[in-house]
Amino acid sequence: MPDRERNNELNRRQFLGNMLKTACGVGLVGLGLGAYSKRASTMPANYIRPPGALPEEDFLGACIRCGLCVRDCPYDILFLGEVGDEVATGTPYFIARTGPCEMCEEIPCVVACPTNALDHDLKDIEESRMGLAVLIDQETCIAFHGLRCEVCFNVCPIRNRAISLDMQHNPRSGKHALFIPVVHSDACTGCGLCERACILEEAAIKVFPMHLAKGQLGSHYRLGWKEKEKAGEALVTPDTKHRYNLPDGVRYDLQGEGLIIDGEAEETPFSSNPLDTLNSGFMDK
Amino acid sequence: MVDMTTLGDDAIAAKGWLKSHKYLILRRISQLGILALFLTGPWFGLWIVKGNLASSLTLDVLPLTDPYVLLQASLSGVVPETAAIIGVVIVLAFYFLVGGRVYCSWVCPVNMVTDLAAWLRRKLGIRSNSQFSRSTRYWMLALTLILPLLVTGGIIWELVNPVSMMFRGIVFGMGAAWVMVLGIFLFDLIVAKDGWCGHICPVGAFYNLVGSKSLLRVNALERQACNDCMECYVVCPEPQVIKPALKGEKQGATPVILSSDCTNCGRCIDICAKDVFSYGGRHAKKNDGLKREGEISQGAQA
Repeated sequence: MPDRERNNELNRRQFLGNMLKTACGVGLVGLGLGAYSKRASTMPANYIRPPGALPEEDFLGACIRCGLCVRDCPYDILFLGEVGDEVATGTPYFIARTGPCEMCEEIPCVVACPTNALDHDLKDIEESRMGLAVLIDQETCIAFHGLRCEVCFNVCPIRNRAISLDMQHNPRSGKHALFIPVVHSDACTGCGLCERACILEEAAIKVFPMHLAKGQLGSHYRLGWKEKEKAGEALVTPDTKHRYNLPDGVRYDLQGEGLIIDGEAEETPFSSNPLDTLNSGFMDK
Repeated sequence: MVDMTTLGDDAIAAKGWLKSHKYLILRRISQLGILALFLTGPWFGLWIVKGNLASSLTLDVLPLTDPYVLLQASLSGVVPETAAIIGVVIVLAFYFLVGGRVYCSWVCPVNMVTDLAAWLRRKLGIRSNSQFSRSTRYWMLALTLILPLLVTGGIIWELVNPVSMMFRGIVFGMGAAWVMVLGIFLFDLIVAKDGWCGHICPVGAFYNLVGSKSLLRVNALERQACNDCMECYVVCPEPQVIKPALKGEKQGATPVILSSDCTNCGRCIDICAKDVFSYGGRHAKKNDGLKREGEISQGAQA
């Protein structure tokens, strides 16, 4: 083999070898990054995304971490995750207890977002679902002790629809009422104003991400009374009325405590002639 | 071998300190000035530019968006807003004209860190150099663009990208991002010369591709004056780009540095005592500049 060819051969081999080394190294970095991304995309339950944020996985792909939402929030409640925070680096969040969303009508944070990570289809802030308020601790919420508080009910920007008060009997005093705050997920935006306002040392009502706050009924469940309401009638064949095989003039009614003899009170419902009783069925037909 | 203790002395003697640090100073002004534009808002309530390098809004009218970051987002399935697309077009057009890696040397804050590391390496005489290929950055670039397609949950690179992390850290809050910055500094100082910017950084690789046909280039039009002091090779973060232009006269090669690895930082222009290098067009030829100046003044008279 001439020297030049041999050199070429060596160079080619070196080149391929180097390339393979680089590719392997970078591949390893990729594996590490993939694994890290799984860890880095978890978020503490009290970190809430701004209004209109896409579902978390889509959000992480769409958010370019520019911070324009943070800048355009007039109440300065939004933060970008810093390295070391338990939230994907550079992504926006707020903490309801210290700085809840004030639900601006113009939704400037959404308008500022250049990538639709905050969905620009959101035009009405009341339609946003940042999370869901949950009255998580009934043991400390003073409403459950029969004390008048209702602060969460009163600060709620969607008053009486997102949080209503359920009046219940107070069994302790026997004569007072409990005014129990009840959150309704069809109206609650998860703004967190209730959580900030809660008068306890540690809030009894807290906003959680939807997936933590909501249960989900099995998809095969049908609530009979609702289906009936929707269809205007029962969906199953109604039970046929039970017929008791009783002698003439006699009914059976449990509430009326058993056998009831209609009509003139005879001494006995039965004829003195046994054949009458035996034939009575045939006579009817 | 270049004597590190006298590096740059010839240029200072020939041109004075200021002129032999002209582009270095201008680059620092540019890098810090861009940071300042973003910081007057949060620091003094004077809002000039909002956001960060990923996407920004200047004076509430001019949107600028990093095409590399938006590309990653697009690959993970997002449809950007019009403002972001306009922002990307402006940025791409700018770097297409002036050279993609102008981002690296005139804008990127990490450049100040790696320049400091390179300077310290020279001062301390650290010669260690881990051999890995400059093409690693393209593999990294490919990786960062493939990951959003493979892994659900998005722009993986932006979880760790030290470039966006450092800038965002300064503007929005650093957290533990300084560890990354320190890591890059030590890597460049101890492990490999120009390790991060010249070998690994996929952001640089991306802008490298953007500016591969850029109009503004550094050239060695006065290459006959070269006295082989080799100092340009020492200060250049991508020294492989110099030789074809500086020493290519015999092969009839153009004196323009055409490699898109060149960051247009102008350190070679500063350090050269013989004024071999200058900024110019992609097709710059000797005396071309003079001719053009003549044409312009004629045009002005007419």
